[in-house]
Amino acid sequence: MNLALLARRWGPRLLTPRVDVPLFVALVLLAIVGLMTLHSAAAGDPGLLQAQAMRFAFGFAVLWVISRIPPQQLRLWAPWLFALSVVLLLLVPFLGTGRSARSWLNLGFFYLQPAELLKLAVPLLVASWLHSQVLPPRLGALAVSAVIIGLPTALIAIQPDLGTALVVAASGSFVVFFAGIQWRWIVGLGSAALLAAPLAWPFLREYHRNRFMTFLNPEADPLGVGWNIIQSKIAVGSGGLFGKGWGQGTQSRLDFLPEHTTDFIFSVFAEEFGWVGVLAMLGLYLFIIGRSLWIVAQARDTFSRILGGALALTFFVFVLINGGMVAGMLPVVGVPMPLMSYGGTSAVSLLASFGVLMSIHSHRRFMGE
Amino acid sequence: MQDAQRFRRRALLAFVLVALAVLALAARFAWLQIVQHKEYVTRADSNRIRTLPIVPARGLIFDRRGRLLADNVPAYRLELVPEAVGDVDAAIERLREFLPLDEDELARFQSQRKTQRRFQSLPLKFRLTEGEVAAFAVRRHLFPGMDVVPYLTRRYPYGELLAHVVGYVGRIDEADLERLDEADYRGATHVGKSGIERFHEKRLHGRVGSERVEINAEGRVLRVLDRELAVSGENLYLTIDLDLQQAMVEAFAGQFGTAVAVQPSTGEVLGMVSLPSYDPNPFVNGIGRQAYADLLAAPGRPLFNRVLLGGYEPGSTLKPFVGLAGLELGLRTPQDTVFSSGAYRLPGQEREYRDWKRGGHGQVDLREALAQSVNTYFYTLAMELGIDRMSGYMQRFGFGEPTGIDLLGEAVGIRPTQAWKRATRNQAWYPGETVIAGIGQGFWVATPLQLAQATSMLAAGGVRHPLHLLRQTQAGFDAPLLDVPQPPVEASVISRPQNLQAVIDGMVAAVHGPTGSAREMGLGASYRMAGKTGTAQRVSRIGDEARDQSTLTQNQRNQALFIAFAPAESPTIALALVVEGGGSGARAAAPVARRILDAWLEPKNP
Repeated sequence: MNLALLARRWGPRLLTPRVDVPLFVALVLLAIVGLMTLHSAAAGDPGLLQAQAMRFAFGFAVLWVISRIPPQQLRLWAPWLFALSVVLLLLVPFLGTGRSARSWLNLGFFYLQPAELLKLAVPLLVASWLHSQVLPPRLGALAVSAVIIGLPTALIAIQPDLGTALVVAASGSFVVFFAGIQWRWIVGLGSAALLAAPLAWPFLREYHRNRFMTFLNPEADPLGVGWNIIQSKIAVGSGGLFGKGWGQGTQSRLDFLPEHTTDFIFSVFAEEFGWVGVLAMLGLYLFIIGRSLWIVAQARDTFSRILGGALALTFFVFVLINGGMVAGMLPVVGVPMPLMSYGGTSAVSLLASFGVLMSIHSHRRFMGE
Repeated sequence: MQDAQRFRRRALLAFVLVALAVLALAARFAWLQIVQHKEYVTRADSNRIRTLPIVPARGLIFDRRGRLLADNVPAYRLELVPEAVGDVDAAIERLREFLPLDEDELARFQSQRKTQRRFQSLPLKFRLTEGEVAAFAVRRHLFPGMDVVPYLTRRYPYGELLAHVVGYVGRIDEADLERLDEADYRGATHVGKSGIERFHEKRLHGRVGSERVEINAEGRVLRVLDRELAVSGENLYLTIDLDLQQAMVEAFAGQFGTAVAVQPSTGEVLGMVSLPSYDPNPFVNGIGRQAYADLLAAPGRPLFNRVLLGGYEPGSTLKPFVGLAGLELGLRTPQDTVFSSGAYRLPGQEREYRDWKRGGHGQVDLREALAQSVNTYFYTLAMELGIDRMSGYMQRFGFGEPTGIDLLGEAVGIRPTQAWKRATRNQAWYPGETVIAGIGQGFWVATPLQLAQATSMLAAGGVRHPLHLLRQTQAGFDAPLLDVPQPPVEASVISRPQNLQAVIDGMVAAVHGPTGSAREMGLGASYRMAGKTGTAQRVSRIGDEARDQSTLTQNQRNQALFIAFAPAESPTIALALVVEGGGSGARAAAPVARRILDAWLEPKNP
């Protein structure tokens, strides 16, 4: 194939906009607010801001590219992406690095968290599997889905990265939910999970137990593990209705708030922009989720619908867990705030999943059964 | 299409749940940011704002002519915040690899550490040398929570010359913390421990200021929000004359003893020495254990302030006052004579009370009795007065009572009465004790301050001007000097001035008369003085009831005393002094007194 032919064949496909404009604008807006907050939180470190901007650029490029790829193509790639992710995940215990949990792979130019890839790979494979099954899924199909979800979840949980494991499990389960699993199964599995939860306690690592105990009573150890929760609540609460102003947050500027560029960046935002800002951001997130679900509802094929719906809900899980953690409603688990927390893999994998949604949007008319 | 419909239903349900969750989040943020906003603002501020004390500069101390006796000099100390350091002991071990810390410093630090909270800064080592400051500066990053802090330290340029007057400041210890107001001493490390530094601590300390600073999570100060400046302590101008003080020390020529010089018209103490003395400077930052032990064991007890605490038997120096009592209480006239045969006996008793001159002095009046120090005159007078009446009269001259000088812990001596003896020893008073009390012996104990005050009253016509050391104060260097107000002066204790004059004549005759007991000291003086010698047989101390004579050396047993004022006609100085182990008052104490009086009264020849 010569270059001219390549350019003629691929050029228009890459350059013609194939995105849902409102959703795209909302995402860009979110990224801008994220960078602004990071600028304030990472005061005095322009390198951090630059790195994040580069990742956003890369992430939006990935979104753009994936939006060109037809969903059925993605469905065919799903097993391979899943296999690759699981292999990388298996390599982590031997080659990985990380502070509290070994979860990173050094690719030379990029630190990759294989667990992040699975947030996309698991729903893809489950959706691709259920697409071929009679819906609502029968017991056998559900069992296979359970294996697809359970294997990587278990692998991530033993890293140990409980937050990501929960998100991965949720992303796969949402596919099953949208595939039409009967309510009696949902109720049954849900109550079984609730009953089984206390049984997991002996298997949890020390720091997970600490985090949980701290969540129940942060004031018991205000200088130790309770510090994060207390300082985050102080940051949020002292922000008030209108906030202290951009770059005026004392809790982050003076380093009282730990992890203020990553897990607790939303505290910085709440401190500086107040409840009004929080409301605006929650509105933006709600719009993104609603718009995503609306796009998916237009899709003509099962695979697109159940995959897209799951991706939209997974995105919300991030917002809910991180927001709840920052406000002291939920225990501290390492879940980032989408497109706000500093971190490359998370931003890129999120934008990649929106690339899938854009693909569903742009290919809705050519699909159908 | 059934699938699509089911999906739409479930998507709608999911969206409703998401919206509800978002509402819950919004409500939670509203709770924190609106309802509990005030509380969290307070907590954010208490996170970032610290109030730091600004330690005021301590007032300086000058002599009456403005010569600096206690100075503040810049120095550096090493401080640490235990909480920020973490393992304090390990950090100190690493520090010692390049910074010498002796055991005394460490022990002091460890004891202070127990009394303070972990986030408070504690001094570890004072007066770092430039080399030590530099050595720490290059390693500072290895010692989080430690810092070199500039401060002002106290220096006493005249060292031991004024140790018993000015005293010294020292590091605040647990005992100090109990008596000091913590709010006034925030950030302070030193407090007056003795002398003027202790007594006038309030004036010298000043008022602590404060600044509100913004700190980060590591506790580093980022900026000052506002500050209330400290008010420096007052500068104090003492009544002491540095030249006279120096002359007084030199006059002793190395002998141990004590002397107090007073301006009779004001009660201002011109000089006061207690010899031997010590250098107060090592005490400022804590004297080493060994050095302190050496001082305690040193001959003559240099740390003992004889002026304030020394109790001496006044001996014959009491005679002018006993004689005055005889005149004023109407028992004698100046012309009345007593026959001295060399020995005096109480009726019906064997014991002889002797005169110092074998064979006696013959027929003597008051003037001669004072000039020659005739014991018999005062034996008989004492018997006529009785102990209680005599003691009562002595009270008018301040014996047995604190002079009220501005130094802490003044001893009061003993002014014996029948009731006193009954109360302290549960014994009856014997007439023989009255006899020797007449010549200042027996139970009498006087402090140098009391002797000086009584002598000063003779010189001032019987008027008591309370002794004091603080003459003027100054609030800051641009402020005017303010005289320290003195209490109103009471009326003279003398009812007939000619009685006083007769006593003074006797004292003048003791120095200038042909028969005077101290006539040698008066030779060649350009002024006339009134004086009285005294020789005491032992050292006495308050509360020291067990006086075992056999354990005292000869030196300790003999004290030479002298009281004097000059010029006799219009006195500008009154003096009381004791030379320990000096033998007789005339031989040992009078020449010292002469040198001191000369230093004050003789025009200096360059």
